Amino acid sequence: MSKYSLDYLDHLESEAIHIFREVAGQFERPALLFSGGKDSITLVQLALKAFRPGKFPFPLVHIDTGHNFPEALKYRDELAERLGEKLIVRNVEDTIKAKNLTEPKGKFASRNALQTFTLLDTIEEFKFDACIGGARRDEEKARAKERIFSVRDEFGQWDPKLQRPELWNTYNGRINKGENVRVFPISNWTELDVWNYIRREKIELPSIYFSHERDVIDHEGQLVAVSDFIKLDATDTVLKKTVRYRTVGDMTCTAAVESKADNIDDIISEITATKTSERGETRIDDKVSEAAMEDRKKNGYF
Amino acid sequence: MDLLRFITAGSVDDGKSTLIGRLLYDSKSIMIDQLEAIEKQSKNKEQGEIDLALLTDGLRAEREQGITIDVAYKYFSTPKRKFIIADAPGHIQYTRNMVTGASTADLAIILVDARNGVVEQTRRHSIIASLLKIPHVVVAVNKMDLVNYSQDVYNNIVIDYVEVAKSLGLNDVTYIPLSAMYGDNIVEKSEKLAWYEGPSLLSFLESVEVEQDINLTDPRFPVQYVIRPQTDDLHDYRGYAGKVISGIYKKGDAITVLPAGKTSKIQKIEHNGVEVDEVFAPQSAILHLEDDIDISRGDVIAKSDNLPKTTQELDVVLCWMDNKPLTTGNKYLLQINSRVVKSVIKEIEYKLDVNTLQKTDATSAGLNDVIKVKIKTASPIPYDSYSDLRENGGAILIDETSHVTVGACMIQ
Ligand SMILES: Nc1nc2c(ncn2[C@@H]2O[C@H](COP(=O)(O)OP(=O)(O)O)[C@@H](O)[C@H]2O)c(=O)[nH]1
Ligand SMILES: [Mg+2]
Repeated sequence: MSKYSLDYLDHLESEAIHIFREVAGQFERPALLFSGGKDSITLVQLALKAFRPGKFPFPLVHIDTGHNFPEALKYRDELAERLGEKLIVRNVEDTIKAKNLTEPKGKFASRNALQTFTLLDTIEEFKFDACIGGARRDEEKARAKERIFSVRDEFGQWDPKLQRPELWNTYNGRINKGENVRVFPISNWTELDVWNYIRREKIELPSIYFSHERDVIDHEGQLVAVSDFIKLDATDTVLKKTVRYRTVGDMTCTAAVESKADNIDDIISEITATKTSERGETRIDDKVSEAAMEDRKKNGYF
Repeated sequence: MDLLRFITAGSVDDGKSTLIGRLLYDSKSIMIDQLEAIEKQSKNKEQGEIDLALLTDGLRAEREQGITIDVAYKYFSTPKRKFIIADAPGHIQYTRNMVTGASTADLAIILVDARNGVVEQTRRHSIIASLLKIPHVVVAVNKMDLVNYSQDVYNNIVIDYVEVAKSLGLNDVTYIPLSAMYGDNIVEKSEKLAWYEGPSLLSFLESVEVEQDINLTDPRFPVQYVIRPQTDDLHDYRGYAGKVISGIYKKGDAITVLPAGKTSKIQKIEHNGVEVDEVFAPQSAILHLEDDIDISRGDVIAKSDNLPKTTQELDVVLCWMDNKPLTTGNKYLLQINSRVVKSVIKEIEYKLDVNTLQKTDATSAGLNDVIKVKIKTASPIPYDSYSDLRENGGAILIDETSHVTVGACMIQ
């Protein structure tokens, strides 16, 4: 190996920084969608590398479903404070009231679908022309086909059959009025790449990613945290388990995994050995149909 | 651990999706829940074996029609390398998708069905690989199980393909007989193919040298964004943010900013927030210059002793990607890296038959056509010939009204 060879993480990092700077160079009002999860935390780290010592040329935007883990919200606020970057929070709760939306019913009444309304309203409110997100192509089959610059119409819809060719490392961010682009700088990263990068860069994460004790119920083999947001049935038994989270979404649709891994090395060994995909293990909302994700994306979902 | 990006190409049903599924499966990159999902679907298709192709066909329409429509990206790694696979559709109507996948590939696997040998589509895919200058080609002779693992069949295919490679100037071609369905020569070498002396596909992919494909001799740095914090303590900070697409930059280097031609020296280099003495491709960095010259997005910082060409008249091999035809006189935006300029199609020299390489006269081009054109740009652009430097010789054409990417340009 010559002194000019790079590790694969360096390649991925440089590619992501390049994408961030293309967004800064091509758009007037971009935003970074920040969820408090590890993928968006990784995005923030990459943005620091792309723009410091300057400020981010975009605010951090969080669409708060009201069902978030308190640990993730705390992390979000502290991070924005520490970096001195602007944070915009918009609440699904407010959209539900203002638009008279119907809350989904049922045991794990998830606001995942309603989130899209708030996102689209927020895009309109601030006239965002590009929204940067932490989706990865390895997460799901429909995502495997999505471009890094993914154009959405004014209803936020993705048309998988009309995607622009994306050649070399040249990104075409031109859009018509009302359209916006979703940009995915870590498209080519896998779950393991993200974890390895977090370890290498010593990035701090919300505490729920590490092993802790929690009251959960066992729902068809998935461990769901007991919270105000789910309804317990008479048949549910509350168990005390030692768990960690592999992804962080809503408390209603994210499942925990049993684990004693309380540091990043142990987490990486567990993930390397695991036999189940991230979404399969932890997302209660993807199981509905084979094309669940494709359908939600077509409707404006991230 | 380094990175290899490759594309798979072949006619419909040659077994591309199966091959990728097999690589993922045998390298243990497929998770149980993903397998369960495809097992369920495979049964619907009344097939005994699980259909590994379902792993890559991600869109509803693809699953319904049983074909690949768009490029799907897949990932796997071994202890030696991380791999990014672009699974591109093979049919002629999806040529533009293949061009898309090929544009970033270090290597192309061209599948040949052992029963059919080298066919028209093999030639087309090879032509695309050569047009896009994919550095390495693997000819994977698949479905060897259906020809009794016959060495003669394989040898005849190799003899045919050597001719194709010669006519296209493909000079790094590796031949491997295999069966994607049964895993012969995919990860492990197969006893059924004991007469074959080369490596299995995976060991070849793990060992092919790609580092040397990164150009470290012709320094090019397209400026993407100017960082000016304008705070009290960073009042005079002015950093040019971009990626070293090729070459090496050192502190003190004499540079020229193109297209304007102004010169200066590199005063300081930052990489990931740290001051360093040098940066090299493909690192992202921030460059500072000794002189205060006017530089903005789209300018290229090159080393003064190694300049790209700068011109307004380009000879271009173009793959047309839009439903609306291209005709002489049409105007488009031309984007090369971060630079965007207005341009006009001056003349169509010829149309290239991508199956035969024959050149014919043409006055317009339709979707998936490959043509040779003269393009004039409204202002000068710094570029290198695509065959010398892929990173600075590829450009896209954008329709000014629809904003869609309509063409892929390989500048000559
Ligand atoms: N016998 C045999 N069949 C194969 C092999 N590889 C693929 N196939 C079958 O060929 C058909 C087409 O494969 P597929 O992967 O979808 O081809 P694609 O169109 O190139 O993606 C499927 O029915 C596969 O099961 C092989 O090595 N041997
Ligand atoms: Mg296929």
